[in-house]
Amino acid sequence: MSAAGNVTRAEVCVVACAEAWRGAGEVMVSPFGTVPALGARLAKLTFTPDLVLTDGEAALMVGAPPLNTPPAELVREAAMGYRAVFDVVWSGRRHIMMMASQIDRHGNQNLSAIGDWARPTVQLVGVRGAPGNSLNHPTSYWVPDHSTRSFVEHVDVVCGVGYQRAAAAGVGATRFHHLGVVVSNLGVFDFETPDRVMRVRSLHPGVSLDDVVQATGFELAGATQRGAAVPETRLPSPAELSMVRDLLDPGGTRDREVKG
Amino acid sequence: MTDKRTTVEEIVSELRPGMTIGIGGWGSRRKPMAVVRALCRSNIDGLTIVAYGGPDVGLLCATGRAAKVVCAFVTLDSIPLDPHWRTARQQGLVELMEIDEGMFYLGLQAASWRLPFLPTRAGLGSDVLRVNPDLRTVRSPYGDGPFADPAEPGVELVAMPALRLDAAIIHANRADTAGNAQFLGPDRFFDELFLGAADRRFVTAERVVANGALGEEGPLAAVTVHRLLTDGVAETPRGAHFTACPPDYGRDEAFQKEYAASAREPEAFAAFRARYIDVDEDRYQAAVRERSEVAQ
Repeated sequence: MSAAGNVTRAEVCVVACAEAWRGAGEVMVSPFGTVPALGARLAKLTFTPDLVLTDGEAALMVGAPPLNTPPAELVREAAMGYRAVFDVVWSGRRHIMMMASQIDRHGNQNLSAIGDWARPTVQLVGVRGAPGNSLNHPTSYWVPDHSTRSFVEHVDVVCGVGYQRAAAAGVGATRFHHLGVVVSNLGVFDFETPDRVMRVRSLHPGVSLDDVVQATGFELAGATQRGAAVPETRLPSPAELSMVRDLLDPGGTRDREVKG
Repeated sequence: MTDKRTTVEEIVSELRPGMTIGIGGWGSRRKPMAVVRALCRSNIDGLTIVAYGGPDVGLLCATGRAAKVVCAFVTLDSIPLDPHWRTARQQGLVELMEIDEGMFYLGLQAASWRLPFLPTRAGLGSDVLRVNPDLRTVRSPYGDGPFADPAEPGVELVAMPALRLDAAIIHANRADTAGNAQFLGPDRFFDELFLGAADRRFVTAERVVANGALGEEGPLAAVTVHRLLTDGVAETPRGAHFTACPPDYGRDEAFQKEYAASAREPEAFAAFRARYIDVDEDRYQAAVRERSEVAQ
């Protein structure tokens, strides 16, 4: 058993996602994936109580109800149809956590297609709102399967815009562009480097820097400095663990998104 | 006052090969499926389909009606990827104009307001501009003077062009004989904008009531489609099936699974098509009822 005791990797990831919204204040969170959905709820119940959660349909919901709460049992506080969502997006009052089928060292994200866009090897869901999201409000990413297939040298289709591309596009792109963190099943990554390329922010307990380097298709900033101390992702506090296990996700759906 | 009641067949009879057609709803939610089905069994081809894509796009591709799709995504919601759409794209069967969801909204809004374009940040720096080489940017004329934003004077933005439609079709919970329409579910999506962007504008509805009676069906604030936006209204009970049409009915998940599974091989889709598409709407609804009775 690791230093993490009986805390699962998924639970570490939930806390890492929650940390993305620390200090975010009164903003809308739009979490994609089970672990980010839990992280957003945990942040709201603890250190970011003013977070605004949606019901996944067309309303804002009161509190932080457990995952898979039947829609009839949700308490809603305001309407938030898709047209209103764009008012929120373009005014910047949101910090989204999107998933990425591919992400690269500059923070470009792909969820459109794998291979040649004109005739893809694998058609994915589409660019969705990623181009606009990434330029208008803070954007973080969740990648539950960290590998050289997901962390790639160059994404096949740039949907969410990374730092280098935003800079090349000018102030219209950079003014409100901010990438928060990339949380994967192996660690937490950010772009707090002089040239805004991805670095390791922390490694999840039980993960070595070499594990991450082997699973990443590009050179992570700072990862080649021998002996460089990379912090460990913090563990959930007992209170946080209890909230996740007993209140928010008693069915353990988090452990189906991240194993171990 | 003009009685705008019409039928699905009459709506489809106004559509022509090569038209650009907008379809309301979002993903697998409140799609005008009765008209989509009728289009699928027609010989109208070469269509450009403009939609927040769901099974409407998948079906129109699988039946060879669509030559081009304008969208930000295609999804079945509870099934993230529509396998019929994947087949169409991976086999290179359709042309695609892939744009950001917000660009799509502004394109409909620009067409609705009779503007050539609307400016937006969305798209800058992304491959949306690479894969759509005809898209242009525009520079703010306020580089100086009292209206200049000192943080970004003369900023360059994407000029999202108007998405003009030859025809638009949406599905509402209720409509009246004059062409007003009411949404009783949680989200009206962008349906008024599809109508506003189109030359010929059609509404299908679960129920069509007398002019002036929509206030008895639900709040007047939910009547966001007024008759200035519509040319024809058709009553199509369960006409959005198998997509969700709350509060009248939810998505038929079992049926949607069958739809998705029919993409596995041509024979499976041929069987699906024979049973559910190459039949009129009454027989379709009967087949759906029969299916769910067998399942129970």
